[in-house]
Amino acid sequence: MTNLPRRTVLAGALATPALMTRAADAAAPLKVGFVYVAPIGKAGWTYQHELGRLALQAKLGDKVKTSYVANVSEGADAERVIRQMASDGNGLIFTTSFGFMNPTIKVAASFPKVKFEHCTGYKRRVNVATYSARFYEGRYLAGLVAGHMSKKGVIGYVAAFPIPEVVQGINATLLGARKANPNIKIKVVWTSSWFDPGKDREAADTLISQGADVLMNHTDSPTTVQVGEEKGVWTTGYDSDMSMYGPKTCLTSTTMIWDQYYIKRANMVLDGTWKSTDTWGGVGSGMIRMAPLNKAVPASVAKELETATSDIAAGRLKPFVGPVLNQAGKVAIPSGQALTDQQILSMNWFAQGVEGKL
Amino acid sequence: MRLEKREAPSAAMLWAAPLLAAVASVVLAGLLFAILRVNPFAALRLLYLAPIASANGVAELALKMTPLLLCALGIAIGVRANVWNIGAEGQFTMGAIAGGGMALALGPTGGWYVLPLMLAAGILGGMAWAAIAAALRVGTNAHEILTTLMLNYVAQDILSWLVHGPWRDPQGFNFPQSKTFAAAATLPSLWGTRLTPIFFVALLAAPCAWVLLQRTTAGYRLRVTGLAPAAARYAGFSASGTVWLSLLIAGGLAGLAGIAEVAGPIGQLVPTISPGYGYAAIIVAFLGRLEPFGIVVASALMALLYLGADGLQMHMQLPLSLTGTLQGMLLFLLLAADVLVANRVVWRRG
Amino acid sequence: MADLVLILSILVATMRAAAPLLFAGLGELVAERSGVLNLGVEGMMLVGAAVGFAAHAVTGSFVLGLLAAILAGAAMAALFALLTLRLLANQVATGLALTIFGVGLSALIGLPWAGVPATGLPAALWPGLAHDSPALQQVLLLLDPLVWLAFAAVVAVDWFLRRSRTGLALRAVGESAEVAHALGTKVLRIRFLAVLFGGAMAGLAGADLSLAYTPMWVENMTAGRGWIALALVVFSTWKPWWLTAGALLFGFVTIAQFQAEAFGLSFSPDLLATLPYLATIVVLVLISRDATRLRLAAPAALGKPFRPSD
Repeated sequence: MTNLPRRTVLAGALATPALMTRAADAAAPLKVGFVYVAPIGKAGWTYQHELGRLALQAKLGDKVKTSYVANVSEGADAERVIRQMASDGNGLIFTTSFGFMNPTIKVAASFPKVKFEHCTGYKRRVNVATYSARFYEGRYLAGLVAGHMSKKGVIGYVAAFPIPEVVQGINATLLGARKANPNIKIKVVWTSSWFDPGKDREAADTLISQGADVLMNHTDSPTTVQVGEEKGVWTTGYDSDMSMYGPKTCLTSTTMIWDQYYIKRANMVLDGTWKSTDTWGGVGSGMIRMAPLNKAVPASVAKELETATSDIAAGRLKPFVGPVLNQAGKVAIPSGQALTDQQILSMNWFAQGVEGKL
Repeated sequence: MRLEKREAPSAAMLWAAPLLAAVASVVLAGLLFAILRVNPFAALRLLYLAPIASANGVAELALKMTPLLLCALGIAIGVRANVWNIGAEGQFTMGAIAGGGMALALGPTGGWYVLPLMLAAGILGGMAWAAIAAALRVGTNAHEILTTLMLNYVAQDILSWLVHGPWRDPQGFNFPQSKTFAAAATLPSLWGTRLTPIFFVALLAAPCAWVLLQRTTAGYRLRVTGLAPAAARYAGFSASGTVWLSLLIAGGLAGLAGIAEVAGPIGQLVPTISPGYGYAAIIVAFLGRLEPFGIVVASALMALLYLGADGLQMHMQLPLSLTGTLQGMLLFLLLAADVLVANRVVWRRG
Repeated sequence: MADLVLILSILVATMRAAAPLLFAGLGELVAERSGVLNLGVEGMMLVGAAVGFAAHAVTGSFVLGLLAAILAGAAMAALFALLTLRLLANQVATGLALTIFGVGLSALIGLPWAGVPATGLPAALWPGLAHDSPALQQVLLLLDPLVWLAFAAVVAVDWFLRRSRTGLALRAVGESAEVAHALGTKVLRIRFLAVLFGGAMAGLAGADLSLAYTPMWVENMTAGRGWIALALVVFSTWKPWWLTAGALLFGFVTIAQFQAEAFGLSFSPDLLATLPYLATIVVLVLISRDATRLRLAAPAALGKPFRPSD
């Protein structure tokens, strides 16, 4: 399926980094393209990547020229758009949705000179790097806050599909919340859609009616936070700081900050040190950051969150450390052991205390 | 100025109306760009010319045309027989599921026979899905406009269930997608582009559809049934035969389009296969005036509007949603221009 | 008491989920009863949602937002009516084009407001209920005025179709335009107004979503509800009360599924999602099988163009 490159391979294929730097400086700025899966809006997954793009443009100024295509569907169109970006002379292309993985790999095969970066995937090539964030670290911290704020001991979780990122988030939330309240439960409702605000609303209403007094969501709309605000139920946001959708009730948000990564990778292309790598950043590298806490959160909880945050950043605290039992009551993580990255990535079980089926 | 009914439809206007509509849609698009505060001429160039300025661009256009053309031909044959298949979207999806399922069942190894089997499965899958609507129409008189529409959603839900559940790639970290198809289960791509030979099958389908409609007894029956159902009954043409024939053809063509999409540019089963080709194809069929050769042109034009929006976004930050706006506008204008075929403009005297 | 609250909250959630479907469905029902099939419901809803949100954001008034949405939906319907009734364009193709056009146009209109936070339409208590009943209040506070309006619209449309002179004329036009025309009924005017009503209601349905149910504007936020409304019209055999039953049932299935999941039961949500569509097919088969029953249920002239002889 690999296509032969049709474009003439430039003579610089084997050029030394120094030569490439000079070429880049002398010639036009490095063009950097971004492919987004959704419209940008004012918050959410794609919005955070757009913030990263703007930060990159602001930081490197004339040295880069960035552009984007938003709302690219994950079917056959993705490859065309990515290919178009490569043909347009972009030297570095970020594709920011899991569904762009195979298209990115295919296009990369035809454009060996172009560097590609795919977010949340697992396939790499000599010119395709992958990057993602340890979203679960932020979920653990959000869970800690939620556990303290919940009176009834029930967290409601509006989730789209049981993919590993979602499952990790739910388990991490539970483990974080149990630090605050060892008996806390999580009720999960699956909406089967990343984007259907109406269903999110129905799911959130349902969870509230079943006694959940803190809501979290793993879908692409801020509806859950809005429902919490309407009904006076605590929520935590995801992707972006969602407090604007719930000024009174949104406790904090697990936010993804891609700025530094984008700046670093663009610089690497500029000075010729770019290599295909797999980056999995977290709280420590600043890719995951907790949004400012709601004023309603007591100082003691804020203090505990601060400690936990710095412990995670320093690697002293790992969310997935045993003993953890699964729903069937069997040992999922033995006492004292931490899950390996591989085990975290392929997580397909719920911890005891999560009510919901995979 | 007022309209006056012509005694006979104007042959000249039959040809001039689409041109008029095309020109008007370019003018309206330019106006829209002006409203959006971009240079209309640069934007029009990006929209209509830039996508096909390179050989690869032309190949991409042909690739995008393929599903629209296949689905629209089937829809047009049906409409000519007064059978309303709104279900190309579902038949497309079922073709992808059946053909894709074949690819997954045959596994990573396999020889030359894999692709023909997949294509056959895809065509049969689309036909089977259309056959439900045909059986319900013939057996219970349930109208196909509604049944095919409902079946579209059922097909999409089945696909979603399969890729999230039983057909999910076990090595894929639980992401909703099937395994990628083996090399033997992937359509060859031509000249280093993404174009697959199915494009030429689709092109060939147009004259075949024309021959079927204009030169065969079956086609004659289809047309008579569509134009004058009473006369068709009187002539002893089987009404149920017409329903079956036109829906099976439409389902087969849409199924072929579906399997061509997953065995070609996509290369695996994923939750979203069609960005609404089955619905857009109905517009294509009418833009092409239900004539096979008109449909070839119409599908190219619609495909161009999909492609053009990419460039507008990359270079002018205009949203991709322009595509739908312009596609809808194009059909509205053609339908409006069609008034001139049956009517003439008279300048009022006195 | 806890159980009562749970049951009430399921009921209320069901009613809220049903409201946008009811608006859009009632509008389409009236249009179809006059003999016009408009497949553009989803597009008209989206334009209503975007315009309603924008108007509210600009003016700060919910009433103006709703009015703007109604007008926007009606304007889209007017385009459809002009093409199909005046210029005799094909209804199916024009309706689909209207949806594709509406999806795109609403995204363009709503661009400056995409994702802007908003507060929903304030809830209104049922008259006579006191604020100091905490459990009940918790539940009933969920009901915004649009939910009440949706159910009031059912009563009004049902009365209009069955009891009013115009409603009678509208049904006659939907059964046979030729006969109605011969009896002196203004076929095209009635169809035009019925289509406009359908558009206005679809616009209102969109505004119910963008101003009350999930208060914000995002592209494609209706997520297929316009198509479900179309299915429900068939499911209801073109009768307002059955439409209400269908919309409530549809809402209930979703809510009940979520309730069961939150209790730890599991379903295949994808397969469950096929139920409303399969149910519609079953109803269609049941009413179509028998020619008399079909004539009693479906408007006989549905989708058939009418060309008034000069």
